[in-house]
Amino acid sequence: MNPNRLRTLAIITAALIGAGFALVFFWVPNEADQGFIQKIFYLHVPLAIIALAGFVIGGIHAIRHLRTGDPVHDMRAYVSIHTSVIFGVAVLITGAIWAKASWGRWWVWDEPTLVSFLIVFLLYATYYPLRYAIPDRERQGRYASVFAIAAGAFVPLNFMVVRMAQSLVHPRTFATADGGLPGDMWVGFLVCFAGIAMLWLTLVCFEMTAKRTSAQLSRLRRALDGTARAGGGVGARIAPGTANVPS
Amino acid sequence: MNGPSTFSAVATILGKDLRVELRTLQSIPAMVLFSTTIYVIFRFGLDRTQLDGGLATGVLLVTILFAALLAINRLFVAEREQGGFEAIRLAPVDGTALFLAKALALLVYLTILELFAIPVFWLFFLDSGTGLLPMLPVVLLLNGALATTGALISPIATNSTARDLIGPLILLPLLVPPMVAASAAGAKLLLAGGPDYDKYASWLGALGLYDAIFLLIGWAVFDFLLED
Repeated sequence: MNPNRLRTLAIITAALIGAGFALVFFWVPNEADQGFIQKIFYLHVPLAIIALAGFVIGGIHAIRHLRTGDPVHDMRAYVSIHTSVIFGVAVLITGAIWAKASWGRWWVWDEPTLVSFLIVFLLYATYYPLRYAIPDRERQGRYASVFAIAAGAFVPLNFMVVRMAQSLVHPRTFATADGGLPGDMWVGFLVCFAGIAMLWLTLVCFEMTAKRTSAQLSRLRRALDGTARAGGGVGARIAPGTANVPS
Repeated sequence: MNGPSTFSAVATILGKDLRVELRTLQSIPAMVLFSTTIYVIFRFGLDRTQLDGGLATGVLLVTILFAALLAINRLFVAEREQGGFEAIRLAPVDGTALFLAKALALLVYLTILELFAIPVFWLFFLDSGTGLLPMLPVVLLLNGALATTGALISPIATNSTARDLIGPLILLPLLVPPMVAASAAGAKLLLAGGPDYDKYASWLGALGLYDAIFLLIGWAVFDFLLED
């Protein structure tokens, strides 16, 4: 992606997140039961939804990779999952803070969404050791795609089963007895959601660009110095398909 | 392709695997021994001699899970060491036959393991075995989950450089949903006061759904693990 479009993307993201947080802190009213701490909802929930969506997007890229054999899809699957795993860390941290504030403990086992998210996170965390353990690039890509597809199907199953296992389900923020979120909270939430979604997209685009650039750099290096064959560059070991991705 | 049908290929590979197991006795005796030792460790780890409810289910299912990991780790080792992967690529059969045969082989191993491990569990820990009968469908469906995910993940682990590490690392989180479902069903069935069938059918349904989905995924993607 060209640098101007990346810059535009980054500016839009910063503006949306800035606007979202400004709305949440200065305009949206405090929630009646939980007060100020409930505002972490505007960060925690979008992060969680986007992380899960990113895992599913990774699975879709993986399907395309297996169907076409084009390493660029594998790279997209890798970057999607990678960004979502990072978001996942933020989800677990913000979730723990929220749990501490509203239930007095850093971790609660009877909140099915949080527990399900932890299980999904643990599964996707194994994506890295899996890639590290397969030296052959092409095979690494195929195996990683098989994993991404299986894990993508696992996500909804896991949420369903963990939710079934709860004897008591905490009230959902979106569907309370009196009809869900009031309008101004929805506005705050949607702006934050758009901001976090753009953040995910921007990070994915940045990493894709960085990978393409380093692949191009190592191609140029190889062309300059035919004798030095180890042109893989830093961090290329689990970077899928960097050697043969068109820029 | 005019080769043998997938069904006969599955039967041939399954027959080969079971014959090899019968001659070398590599997996099943180890699984049986392992499960008994795990029971002893649980007896002291939990400091209990009698179990019921959720604790009993946990001990039984975790023991089966760990014993299954032993078999799953070894499932494709012979294929790697003796050229089985190349052979299936060269043979005019659908590569999926290998997945189905390995999943069936795992099912057979697990069933034989449980023929020993469940009576021993009864003998060691339970007052009455009335809850074990309705527990059988739960365990059989859990076997299905172990077999399908095991046959899918095992070749990935076997062809990686960190073999014994990658398999359990991926499989354990992947197997959390069926373990949750089987434990929730079992916790009610193995109550000291006799089995309670609350939500029994929905748990069996959830296990069956998991088995079906991973069978389909294995069917759809296994060929990609065989290409070279």
